[in-house]
Amino acid sequence: MANKNKEIFGQPVWVNNPVVVQILGICSALAVTAQLKPAIVMGLSVTVIVALANVVVSLLRKTIPNRIRIIVQLVVVAALVTIVSEVLKAFAYDVSVQLSVYIGLIITNCILMGRLEAFAMQNGPKESLLDGIGNGLGYAAILIIVAFVRELLGSGTLFGFQVIPQWCYEHGYLNNGMMLMSPMALILVGCIIWVHRAQFKDLQEK
Amino acid sequence: MEHFFSLFIRSIFVDNMIFAFFLGMCSYLAVSKNVKTALGLGVAVIFVQLITLPVNYLLQTKVLGPNCLVEGVDLSFLSFILFIAVIAGIVQLVEMVVEKFSPSLYASLGIFLPLIAVNCAIMGGSLFMQQRVEMDPASTQAIACFGDSIAFALGSGIGWMLAIVCLAAIREKLEYSDVPGPLKGVGITFITVGLMSMAFMCFSGLAL
Repeated sequence: MANKNKEIFGQPVWVNNPVVVQILGICSALAVTAQLKPAIVMGLSVTVIVALANVVVSLLRKTIPNRIRIIVQLVVVAALVTIVSEVLKAFAYDVSVQLSVYIGLIITNCILMGRLEAFAMQNGPKESLLDGIGNGLGYAAILIIVAFVRELLGSGTLFGFQVIPQWCYEHGYLNNGMMLMSPMALILVGCIIWVHRAQFKDLQEK
Repeated sequence: MEHFFSLFIRSIFVDNMIFAFFLGMCSYLAVSKNVKTALGLGVAVIFVQLITLPVNYLLQTKVLGPNCLVEGVDLSFLSFILFIAVIAGIVQLVEMVVEKFSPSLYASLGIFLPLIAVNCAIMGGSLFMQQRVEMDPASTQAIACFGDSIAFALGSGIGWMLAIVCLAAIREKLEYSDVPGPLKGVGITFITVGLMSMAFMCFSGLAL
């Protein structure tokens, strides 16, 4: 049992990552990654919401009528997202402005619906909690990798602090402004998928 | 009237749902393997966007906004729940109506309709509308009246369809090209979308 729980928790973080393997939740993964700080906040918010939504739906799973389960799941998620959004507005206002509509879009994040449908509807609350945290962290991991590269190469900073020394700029180094724009996020995720599939050969498509 | 057209054109090319905001990526990547199904999903998105966005606009301006329902009360924190409920409800309704009156359309759109309830482009459209309602009416992006919300809905829906049909056309050709093993399928698709998005960036200088 302990081993199984470890697997439920550990698999989604890299081996069966929701973003690069199942290609879920791409929308927000790309849009918020121009800087590290909003990316981390977004990753944590999604982790909290997936974990809690998984637990709630897993507790309700025997009482939800099959025909309206999507609407019930959406309402549970929307309520949790509203709470998270209000908390962010209260304690981290500048980040919540940066994230703008993408916090609201967690509702339609496919990772959530995917986990609720595929896992929480069949499993108990404890396993669902672990599965939710694992998937949330897997999502956060990709966000952090992409945001790290984009912020470092795009503005020469990490968390807003300058890391590329001034003398580099004096000798003609320039920030790559392209990194801050949306196309590079897509190309970077493409590259992460490339690395991931080179490591796990059985995922490669014929 | 001028604002109506400028908003419409801007939301197709400049503020394209896919290339500028990455909304609706999940179904965008999953359903773009051939042009015919991509077109079907695109039409379904335009259809649903065109109904839900104006409804949510009325909801936002008549019920949720500050001082709308009760003087001094701002209900906009309820917008997430209400918007998603409206979207899920309308998708269900559209599905039933289409099934009843046009079985042939249902047969071609049917499988896509339930997918659309969780399509970020629809929810994102409503959330952007909420942001733009509060903007200065003189701004080119502002949604100041009911007509503007229709222009935005139509434009963003057509923009999404344009994007998915373009990608599907490229992916049909990609089938025959020699791509490195680990990059096959999804990997190369991401990079293709990145390059397309770069091309679409040239519209961002468009002054309307």
